[in-house]
Amino acid sequence: MSWEELSIRTEGLTRVFRPKRREARGQRREIVALDRVNLAVERGELFGVLGPNGAGKTTLIKILATLLAPTSGRAWVAGVDVSENPWEVRRHINMVSGGESSGYGLLTVEENLWMFSQFYGMQSGEAKRRIKELLEVVGLADRARTKIYHLSTGMRQKMNFARGFLTDPEILFLDEPTLGLDVQTARTLRAYIRDWMDRHPDRTILLTTHYMYEADELCDRVAIIDRGKVLACDTPAALKRTLQREAIFRLRVAALADPKALFQGVTGVHRFTHAARDGCVELDVVLGDENAILAVLGGIQRAGGQLLSLEKREPTLEDVFVRLVGRGLGSGEGAGA
Amino acid sequence: MRRRTEWRIFWRTVVGRAYPRVIGLQRERSWVFFDVALPLLQVTAFVYIYRAIQAPPEFTGFVVLGGAMSAYWLNVLWSMASQLYWEKETGNLQLYIVAPTSRMAILLGMALGGIFATTVRALGVIAVGTLIFRVPMTVTSVPALLAVFVLTLVALYGLGMLMSSLFLLWGREAWHLANLLQEPVFLLSGFYFPVKALGFAVALVASFIPITLGLDAMRQLLFPQMMEGLKFLPVGYELAALSVLGIVFLALAHQALRFFEDLARREGRLTLRGQ
Repeated sequence: MSWEELSIRTEGLTRVFRPKRREARGQRREIVALDRVNLAVERGELFGVLGPNGAGKTTLIKILATLLAPTSGRAWVAGVDVSENPWEVRRHINMVSGGESSGYGLLTVEENLWMFSQFYGMQSGEAKRRIKELLEVVGLADRARTKIYHLSTGMRQKMNFARGFLTDPEILFLDEPTLGLDVQTARTLRAYIRDWMDRHPDRTILLTTHYMYEADELCDRVAIIDRGKVLACDTPAALKRTLQREAIFRLRVAALADPKALFQGVTGVHRFTHAARDGCVELDVVLGDENAILAVLGGIQRAGGQLLSLEKREPTLEDVFVRLVGRGLGSGEGAGA
Repeated sequence: MRRRTEWRIFWRTVVGRAYPRVIGLQRERSWVFFDVALPLLQVTAFVYIYRAIQAPPEFTGFVVLGGAMSAYWLNVLWSMASQLYWEKETGNLQLYIVAPTSRMAILLGMALGGIFATTVRALGVIAVGTLIFRVPMTVTSVPALLAVFVLTLVALYGLGMLMSSLFLLWGREAWHLANLLQEPVFLLSGFYFPVKALGFAVALVASFIPITLGLDAMRQLLFPQMMEGLKFLPVGYELAALSVLGIVFLALAHQALRFFEDLARREGRLTLRGQ
């Protein structure tokens, strides 16, 4: 694929935040939010950036959307350098961020969307037709004439989601678009994203998320990012294939005081994560050989734990993430081995 | 073709951004009390001071006009200059920046919407003030009065646009500037008395705030006899100065918006909330 056919390209993209002297209280510690990131996103791709909070996903989107300048390196969007010609880049993009509270409370949902459409020069009639259509899609049609200060957080997020698609952008940046939404709404929005891409094969979406199932379900390719570095980039299937020589088990154990101690002296355990769930401990254990599960079960018995369920499962993107960075995507999860 | 598209986006942006301010006037009726009744209380205080010292009745007119024009100054400070601070806090600013439109168009939309809403308020103050205090007014030239009014607003809102660019970079720090300017300008620009009373030098310095010249010129056109000995500069000079200020402030605002947007992008402050 030639450079001209790429929607997004970055070369050694780096962003360092230097705190103000008074904020740092004498310790001027720099934060490297992005560290020499190289990416190439093809036209028509739904490209995911998967990583935990603070991984650098939003920084990446802000640079690509011309909201932030890189400290070094370069980025091109629709073939245009974001640092040299941000004005030109903006003709090709739109952006939706999760948890946005944009818009004016006194205006209704449709008025807010109309106002934003005018910043893109849309004809009023066309804008109103698209607004009606999109509000149907996101399930806000009955709230079209509600002032937005009466909307719940989830409803506002749906409105913002509609705003992103309203202008039919060539390249759309979705920064955690389903953050904080209920399961059903998030599912509806994911289905719309996929459908929009199918109907517009020349459009490109760059989506950041820390929900691995979202990346897995939606994305053609995924870049796994942590602490500003891209650790792997491939299709979800190819990323998961890297784990197929290992066996992954999910165990639910009750009365287990110290999950980490369980694996001391147990051979064949490559990695594990644990999380407290519904009064018991849920363990995801990655083994070099599935026979090693017997040693794990023996360890549980010795530790006084009570095995509630045991399931062998297919690798997920989260397993890939754990293998790459040595910890889970969700907060509060431990990892070891 | 491209230029036509840019103009289309520019004017649609102006209309789009003016809309919330125009419609807000209908939807939040509390302005009748807060923006007409409360300013009239301050006007009333000055009117009674002038009456107590048996000043000519035209001084009541000076005060009513100053009270009405104070609405524009407050609008420029709090809904124009510092508006981008609020837009950053609510997340609108990043959507303005990402959109393929001119920042000047967004500010112009804010300004026109603000002028419309403020004019309704200012007319309310003038109408009620004139009725209650029976202000003796003689309009010597309607076209000149309109020209002074329009040029004052162009220069004043140009200054507001220039100040708003500071809020792209600084948040609360620029807020202090707006706070600092509010009351001193009421004094320096002669909102409640002819500015000549401050002396020529101070009035000259205060003329960088367009409302100083605007008020003086409007008073000359509405109360010609009383202002004969109290005028700061002839109306023609003030019109010329307002034209220059308008052009200079708008040109500076255009440059400053670009400069501060680039700087804020480099420093990562365009989307940093709670600064």
